[in-house]
Amino acid sequence: MKKQEVICYIAMVIISLFVLVPIILITIGTFTPRLELYKWPRGLIPSRFTSDSFISFAQSYGVMNGLKNSITVAVLTVIFSLLIGIPAGYSLSRFKFKGKSLFTVGVLTTRMFPIAILAVPLVKIYMGLGIYDSILGVAFIHTIFAFPFAILISHSIFASVPGELEEAAMVLGCSRLGAFRRTTLPLVAPGIAAIAIFAFIISWNEVFAATLLTLHNRTLPALIVARLEATTLDFLFASAFFMLVPCLVFIFIIRKRLLRMWGIILR
Amino acid sequence: MSPKRQSLLPFFLILPAVIFFLIFFALPLISGIQTAFTTPEGELTLANFEKIYGKSFIKAVFNTLSLVAIIIPIQLALALVIALLVNTRLFGTSKFLFICAIPIALSEIVAGIIWLSIFTEKGYLNVMLHTLGFLKQPTIYLSYEKPATLFMTIALTEIWRATAIVMLIILPGLQMIHKDYFDTADIFGASRLQKLRYVTLPMLKPTIRTSLIIRTVLAFQMFAPVLVLAGRAFPVLASETYRIQFFTRNIHLAAAYALIIMVISTAFVLFYMRSLRTRWSA
Repeated sequence: MKKQEVICYIAMVIISLFVLVPIILITIGTFTPRLELYKWPRGLIPSRFTSDSFISFAQSYGVMNGLKNSITVAVLTVIFSLLIGIPAGYSLSRFKFKGKSLFTVGVLTTRMFPIAILAVPLVKIYMGLGIYDSILGVAFIHTIFAFPFAILISHSIFASVPGELEEAAMVLGCSRLGAFRRTTLPLVAPGIAAIAIFAFIISWNEVFAATLLTLHNRTLPALIVARLEATTLDFLFASAFFMLVPCLVFIFIIRKRLLRMWGIILR
Repeated sequence: MSPKRQSLLPFFLILPAVIFFLIFFALPLISGIQTAFTTPEGELTLANFEKIYGKSFIKAVFNTLSLVAIIIPIQLALALVIALLVNTRLFGTSKFLFICAIPIALSEIVAGIIWLSIFTEKGYLNVMLHTLGFLKQPTIYLSYEKPATLFMTIALTEIWRATAIVMLIILPGLQMIHKDYFDTADIFGASRLQKLRYVTLPMLKPTIRTSLIIRTVLAFQMFAPVLVLAGRAFPVLASETYRIQFFTRNIHLAAAYALIIMVISTAFVLFYMRSLRTRWSA
């Protein structure tokens, strides 16, 4: 091995540890007996591993409801983002039309505004619409964060599938929708699954808007923020671990597409 | 299919997106600006800005800007290092890339709690220092009295959490640079550093600009890690907006705050666009 390669490997190991060690520590912390978290001196590895903190977190007031809310909001966000994003992405990839670049610029500008300027006025608007403190209201604002990604990713996915297949199917007697369903859709299905996962993660993780727009129907992150000042370490550790696991699973599933997706979004 | 219908189809397909954009983006944006400049009775006023202007406001602006000033250059440098390492395509780089990308899937609040487990009084930093024999009694890091330490822990948490975002923007840009440029540089005998300085960095300019824009906008809405690690001891713009909305219940003040965040972050975006303008990018 050349000297330069050795340096590269050392750098890679150090950076990997910087990323991984905190995740390992929170995992250890979650399965450490509660009282040991407050003991001094204490060792890195607890005297025994237990799921007590985890169970008491799951059983504490509001958590199951928060979980249900978080999942519902995330699923709604996925559905809305796909319903809005896929037709628009398809349109961008298959047609030339007036206002196309204006539309793309509009989609891109949504990324340039901080959440606060949307979330605060939405409190008022939602109160007027009667959807303040509702699952639906949170899902709508999460869709605003997720749908630009859905449009841009699906645009590039569709662009990678030749339109000739659809034309051939239409020549053979399919309607446009039928042609899309029979030729393009099966080819783009994995990409669409990746968009869905992406939208799910965006919604599952979002804190600020969910905190501002709910009071009783809190999602998990909003619930944790609301409890911050009156809670114990074991509750926090277990909640972080609990929120972390699905994200790790999901990012593992889409790992191969990760780079390409980001490359697309961020051109 | 008639040509007429055909020509309407693309518009029909983007219609849901346009409607959604108008209701949930354009409308709140306009309403937010309007709310910031009116009283609850609907009169035009600047009083909201006068009311929020004060010691905690100046502190929040100062804290946010200093975090931006520290975090973003470090993240950019670290992200560039990671991207260059991945681009060596040595054995194992794809696993390395995946590990580095993990934090992108993590919530702000999860990141905050993870680093809380390290910096809290009986947290893992003190445990490790104790195990190694460097200290007997735990040091307190997260306290009102130590703004500098609070600042560093928050900055570290953000660097840990969000470098992945910058890296995943920079890496595709890096991979798009044509190999010919490097070959040419080789022919002229350029050293590794010279190639980085005269080929890679200039070619990456548009990518770096994009990453700076996105990262800076995100930095201005940094919220959960600050609340987890510092509570109210370290006000930043987003956490103050939340506090005002929740404790004063005066949406006009909160909107004024949100508007200020938007103005500052837009100023940064425009600055990046102007100062990093390139021939290649639009």
